[in-house]
Amino acid sequence: MVPRSWRKIKYRYDLRGSYCENCGNYHYPPRNFCPTCRRRGKVIETLFPEEGRVVSYTVVREKEPYIVALIELDNGARVLSQVCCDPSEMKIGMRVRKAFRRYGEDNEDGIIHYGTKFVPVN
Amino acid sequence: MRRVAVVGVGQSKFGELWDKGFRDIVLEAGREALEDADLEGKEIEAIFVGNMSGGRYLGQEHIAALIADYAGLAEFGIPATRVEAADASGGLAVRQAYMAVASGMHDIVIAAGAEKVTDVGDPMEILSASVDIEWERFVGGNLPALYAIIARLHMETFGTTEEDLALISVKNHRNGALNPKAQFQRVIRVEDVLNSPYVAEPLKLLDCASVSDGAAAVILASEDVAREITDTPVFIEACTQASDYLALQSRKDILTMNSVVKAARESYKIAGVEPKDIQVAEIHDSFTIAEVLAYEDLGFAEKGEGAELIREGVTEIGGKIPVNPSGGLKACGHAVGATGVRQIVELTLQLRGEAGKRQVEAEKGLALNIGGTGATAVVSVLGR
Amino acid sequence: MMGIVSYGSYIPKFRIKVEEIARVWGEDAKKIKGGLGVYEKSVPDVDEDAATIAVEAAREAIKRAKINPEDIGAVFVGSESHPYAVKPTATIVGEALGVGNDYYAADLEFACKAGTAGMQICYSMVKSGIIRYGLAIGADTSQARPGDALEYAAAAGGAAFLIGKDPIAEIEATYSFTSDTPDFWRRDLQPYPSHGGRFTGQPAYFRHIISAARGLMEKYGYKTEDFDYAVFHMPNAKFPVRAARMLGFSEEHISQGLVVRAIGNAYSGSSLLGLAATLDIAEPDERILLVSFGSGAGSDAFALRVTDRIKEFEREPKVWEKIERKVYVDYAIYLKHRRKIRA
Repeated sequence: MVPRSWRKIKYRYDLRGSYCENCGNYHYPPRNFCPTCRRRGKVIETLFPEEGRVVSYTVVREKEPYIVALIELDNGARVLSQVCCDPSEMKIGMRVRKAFRRYGEDNEDGIIHYGTKFVPVN
Repeated sequence: MRRVAVVGVGQSKFGELWDKGFRDIVLEAGREALEDADLEGKEIEAIFVGNMSGGRYLGQEHIAALIADYAGLAEFGIPATRVEAADASGGLAVRQAYMAVASGMHDIVIAAGAEKVTDVGDPMEILSASVDIEWERFVGGNLPALYAIIARLHMETFGTTEEDLALISVKNHRNGALNPKAQFQRVIRVEDVLNSPYVAEPLKLLDCASVSDGAAAVILASEDVAREITDTPVFIEACTQASDYLALQSRKDILTMNSVVKAARESYKIAGVEPKDIQVAEIHDSFTIAEVLAYEDLGFAEKGEGAELIREGVTEIGGKIPVNPSGGLKACGHAVGATGVRQIVELTLQLRGEAGKRQVEAEKGLALNIGGTGATAVVSVLGR
Repeated sequence: MMGIVSYGSYIPKFRIKVEEIARVWGEDAKKIKGGLGVYEKSVPDVDEDAATIAVEAAREAIKRAKINPEDIGAVFVGSESHPYAVKPTATIVGEALGVGNDYYAADLEFACKAGTAGMQICYSMVKSGIIRYGLAIGADTSQARPGDALEYAAAAGGAAFLIGKDPIAEIEATYSFTSDTPDFWRRDLQPYPSHGGRFTGQPAYFRHIISAARGLMEKYGYKTEDFDYAVFHMPNAKFPVRAARMLGFSEEHISQGLVVRAIGNAYSGSSLLGLAATLDIAEPDERILLVSFGSGAGSDAFALRVTDRIKEFEREPKVWEKIERKVYVDYAIYLKHRRKIRA
């Protein structure tokens, strides 16, 4: 689905979300409508902090294990993402920092999906 | 608003039904419901269908029309509607049917739920379309992963353990062994759950309900019509529905399903009951953690103390509030769109005293049907 | 004055030891380490490639430069492992950095000197005044045929250089020596490169490195003594040491940049990582000679003079510190990471 992924590039390659100037809330993914203010809201796109802490996580073990974590960035917005480290390094509350990585591809002859993952802050 | 009663119920066996197609299982459930209500079929004025994804599981859309056709009801041109809220589709169908009768629009309707998942390769993968595809699924957050994230935080915050979750699965399997229509008839032990392989840590294979084939149907009627049809009407005293943010990252607290809290609060108010008045419940245990969370969000336990109920046997058959006497999603099998309707079938049988070996003493029952990770919840309170 | 305004680097954290590769092929690890001077090499993670390495290195350069990425007027990415054969890495990088749409861009290929070629192009564009800043990146996840000698050193890594005015290191001069010399190549659709064995030495590496270095010095009036550091392309640890000696440099001049010992040859990232490691400790007024080499063949030589501005420039974490952050893998995991075996 090339056009659909293409529209997301700006918000996946980097942590670009939305901010409501009316209520001061940050949202990721970016929203068309502020859920607090709806029509009264004034939503703009903005770049989010590079770091955050792990709220919770899981190691998905159906095939090759990978780590999915709910991360709270330093501006309060939360993002679901993968963390690149050994599962034994994961701890609730640990600090992580964004990293640009591959998320997969549409087959060997399809487009490559890049996006933001996280690595532990050392 | 008129009072609405369940006058007939039916369901197919749930499981991997290789020999039966979608039409076969729907008709099996529908016929049983008509027989239960002793109706010919022409009395039905409208049909509401819960089916999550005929399109992806079968390549078939226009599901309600298909069912009306094969039920012999297209002959009368009745309105046939399919509703979808992931695995709360069944609950939605019941609620739509309830509203149709309560409002006076129709006198007798049927709510059916059906899903045929084994004709395609990966049933759980399609069920994972219930999450936010672009922002959760894209990063690898399928349905088990998201419930696992909730489970881990619940464990970290409240001290719930993997053993506690295993007890839920053990209870439901024990109950399922008493239910001839349940997919799994096997009693299991805590060690079996703990030794099963991890799907998404900390959730293991036996913490997760299987995605299965199955169909269920309930016939609803207004009170006056119901009393003509049956001596044992079971009334739907409340049927409420609520939503929550789709993606976990958009919710302020992932340990509370706001949709469940809201729908339950409204149902209790309408039915004039409190959580302690509920004597039997069918709760959406797509994952063991979901049942623990539901104990809290339905008000059976304080937030964080859900695990105590299972540890103390409160929710066993014979306990103070039996939960999932049918075996729940875990032992019956989770036939996605059929689950919410199956829950009403079970509660009706329980309240009529027709539940056989798994019978509990109850006059008030509650059903909780959840979509995905809780973006939709339907709560129904039933009473004699 | 124009030159390097900022730089960044990225080295994947996984390493495989020469012993481990030698174990699989039944070779003598001691002999190989002795011959190449390399003891382990960097290995990318399964979800890393030249584009992700380029972005990480470039983000560090931009962060240290404290500029608005939209002021970058050109992005050139040099690699021999671009993720696509057709579809530029440069635009993926530009998008990830938030450069906007007003920029010149292209991918470059010239074996291991594609990164320095990008530096020359950016320097020309800045010098001509058509851009304010140019970003030149050399990044690779170099492939080598399993069992081939190259396998011991073919590594992953990259560095990014922001070129503009008011630099931390002025590009005083640059000169290239180029010829059609087929020492190392890869035909289209072939998964692994081929090479001419010992032919890659004197007629290729040494001829071009020495000619470029001498050409720069003659044309612009430099002598060996004018340079405090020298950085050469590093296919192994022996070649750059010999090249240094041929030009009259001692091992002290090149040791700071000799990252190949610990991480192997990151191809388009090789000499640039050596330069980054050198800039990590260079003092104002010190001069660095950078000479890259790309098979096929050519060398780009630069005379760089460090300025006062380097004192306020953030140089932590240093390249050698990044080199020390490592996790070892065995040969099977290495194959999986390099996607030579897939599920």
